[in-house]
Amino acid sequence: MPNTQIFKLPDVGEGLTEAEIVSWKVKPGDAVAVNDVLVEIETAKSLVELPSPFEGVVAELLVPEGRTVDVGTPIIAVSAAGAPGKAAKPAGKAPKPAGKAAAPSSNAESGPAAEPLVGSGPKADAVKRRPRRPLTLPSLHLPGRPAPQAPAAPEVHLPAPHGQATHVPPAPTLDGATPVADEALPGAKAPQQRGETMQAAVSRLITRVLAKPPVRKAAKDLGIDLADVTATGRGGEVTKQDLLSYQAQRDAEVDAAEQFWTPGLDPQARRIERIPVKGIRKITAQNMVKSAFSAPHVSIFVDVDASRTMEFVKRLKASRDFEGIKVSPLLILAKAVIWAAARNPSVNATWASGPDGDEILVHHYMNLGIAAATPRGLLVPNIKDAQNLSLKELAMALNQLAARAREGKTQPAEMQDGTLTITNIGALGIDTGTPIINPGEVAIVAFGTIKQKPWVLDGEVIPRWITTLGGSFDHRVVDGDLSARFMADVAAIMEEPALLLD
Amino acid sequence: MGPEHLPTTEFEIEDPGQTLGALAGSGEEPDMVQLLDAEGVLREDPAYSRYVADLDGEALRALYRDMFIIRRFDIEATALQRQGELALWPPLQGQEAAQIGSGRALRPQDYAFPTYREHGVALTRNVDLADLLRQFRGISNGGWDPRQNNFHLYTLVLAAQTLHAVGYAMGIQRDGADAVSIAYFGDGASSEGDVHESMVFAASNNAPVVFFCQNNHWAISVPTEVQSRIPLANRASGYGFPGIRVDGNDVLAVHAVTKWALEHAASGQGPVLIEAFTYRVGAHTTADDPTKYRVTAEEDAWRRKDPLLRLEKHLRSAGLADDAFFAALQVESDAFAKQIRSAVLAMEGPAMEDSFNTVYADPHPLVAEELAWFKQYEAGFADAEAGHTAGETR
Repeated sequence: MPNTQIFKLPDVGEGLTEAEIVSWKVKPGDAVAVNDVLVEIETAKSLVELPSPFEGVVAELLVPEGRTVDVGTPIIAVSAAGAPGKAAKPAGKAPKPAGKAAAPSSNAESGPAAEPLVGSGPKADAVKRRPRRPLTLPSLHLPGRPAPQAPAAPEVHLPAPHGQATHVPPAPTLDGATPVADEALPGAKAPQQRGETMQAAVSRLITRVLAKPPVRKAAKDLGIDLADVTATGRGGEVTKQDLLSYQAQRDAEVDAAEQFWTPGLDPQARRIERIPVKGIRKITAQNMVKSAFSAPHVSIFVDVDASRTMEFVKRLKASRDFEGIKVSPLLILAKAVIWAAARNPSVNATWASGPDGDEILVHHYMNLGIAAATPRGLLVPNIKDAQNLSLKELAMALNQLAARAREGKTQPAEMQDGTLTITNIGALGIDTGTPIINPGEVAIVAFGTIKQKPWVLDGEVIPRWITTLGGSFDHRVVDGDLSARFMADVAAIMEEPALLLD
Repeated sequence: MGPEHLPTTEFEIEDPGQTLGALAGSGEEPDMVQLLDAEGVLREDPAYSRYVADLDGEALRALYRDMFIIRRFDIEATALQRQGELALWPPLQGQEAAQIGSGRALRPQDYAFPTYREHGVALTRNVDLADLLRQFRGISNGGWDPRQNNFHLYTLVLAAQTLHAVGYAMGIQRDGADAVSIAYFGDGASSEGDVHESMVFAASNNAPVVFFCQNNHWAISVPTEVQSRIPLANRASGYGFPGIRVDGNDVLAVHAVTKWALEHAASGQGPVLIEAFTYRVGAHTTADDPTKYRVTAEEDAWRRKDPLLRLEKHLRSAGLADDAFFAALQVESDAFAKQIRSAVLAMEGPAMEDSFNTVYADPHPLVAEELAWFKQYEAGFADAEAGHTAGETR
């Protein structure tokens, strides 16, 4: 079709990628002159009329009205009827690679990367990766730079975008090296093996902890594994602050350990260290005494096979819906507790002693407290009306609560009116314990660590992810059977999170 | 959704005397210098009429021709952007008189510092208009030699050129030259700190600089009323130099006021601020959709004050131009647009080597190494043109 010119959808805004064909102003057979309006399109920014770059007769409309197409998509064909070879040059093809006229020895720069960055032609192609040549280029031996080594196990090669590649030139043969190795030594490195290496590298990338390069470097310098640091960044990344508070905490522990038994300058004074009880320590002490001595505690424990919870968490982490949201088994436990409380409402209650006698206040809402070890001490902020939250909302609420607690930003209001508490002692690697009920509540659930343990399933011992749930209840309100049923319900969800769908 | 989106915020004006009287339908003509009204009728002005007294029929036709050509050029450039040949284009429609009137007042030794919309001024400085499009085609960082026509490169950083202009004017002072620098900027840029600093320095140094503010009423989507409680020209008194508001759609008034300002600055009396009261009829750039933030009634009201229309009325009523003149101009401008089009289509990007060659004045081993690497990288694409680099085999 030498006489037919194709108009590709241009980028009419700055950096738009697509547009909708709203209405055609011409039809096949119509004669058009340069700048006659062909079509009205709507982009993310505006409604725009596209003038014809060609003179001729409309041969075909290539995209129907109402269709959204990518920039660079051919939208109309105009045949140069009547006056072939007339002034209007095919605009879509006009910008030819530059450097054609350059010295023949330097032909390499004539690649489309040097083309003008304008709408219709080359820009549209830029979305796709340009195919690399299958052959190897001779390695370039440059003065003062060792000959590039073919990498033994190629990392996932993510070529830098054009223009960024020049900063520190990586070995130019990186792309070609492996194929050559294959050709030269057939079988020396089976493609399959390479595939596995690639896959491993890819999964490493996916499971990699997110952090910005300076944070990454700081962590490396400090010898901190980023995976150990709790991430509070907006995109789930470890922030500088996270790293610093982790470091501060670790330092405090480590330093204290070293000096604890070391006598100071004045040994007499250092034998016993006097710490005034104040602030959160004081409040914690008062609360615990009040709770322990006013509410008769009963504690029960249950071992749970949480393997399905672990799988569920893994799937949530991988799902797009939860992208950037930290998901942990605590989320499932929180959901399980809310679910179980609805089936056993008396656990979500308060014992109220009044002048006219005692009352049990059953709460038809769940302000779910999460005990959090913070720089200020133990705090129990709660998630208000947690029963109304979807799994995703609950995950975000947990993240936010944890982040605020860690940053020391927890407000008094966030700690009031709790109705039931979870304490996540498993985070510290502890199996279980007997928690003390948060005053004003009648139940608390302790979440032990989840680790692989031998577990008997259908008469066989197999490794499963096991955790122990502990619960303490105020026996004035919650009897043994109710506490048992509640804990069994929580355990049931941890064993089979799908029951939440019930 | 059609182009007639929600009619956007009408700003509450408490004291009409304090506003620019620019709202559609306000009907109030703000206080400003005007020599040719919207109906093409000449008005006498005691201070400024004498600056255009020497403009005969030919000179008036030339001003009209300039405005007509630049409008046609602007339309063609906009079309080229819509066809994917330019990455972006900032249209000037509506501001022709402000630009041609002031540009034609400049003397060859004066130096103009434009924003990115001074296409009309470029024309008056004899810049090859096709060169204006190089930057917008993404193939050049500039496009012309600013020293050749004393027309600086387009400045995309808002208001930065006002500082350049003042610095240049201070240089003129030190050279003892008979020249003036003129800084073009818009109402949006007038809110930038650079303009303040440049006015402070200009006043302190009594520098020969003219601040030419085209108040086109919209800083993209922000109306001038939001940015200033007083007419922008009044700001000059705060710095201690004269500020004049002129009808920016009246090419004669703009021409007269600019001539006066240049004289004032060149005679050692220091800077002047001119506020050309005009209107951006089109979009801020081709990536903008003005229907989203302003009402059509406002645009229509300003179209009635069109700078070309009023001069055409005047030329016709004074018997200075006939149908033949306007028809011939149409033909001429269409041919010119065609030239521009083919010039743009023929424009090719710079060779990859150019980027490396301009890093250092002298050859540099690191740059040479990186160029060599990049060439090799580029040659590794399957769709690269078949090359014959030494040692390469298929």
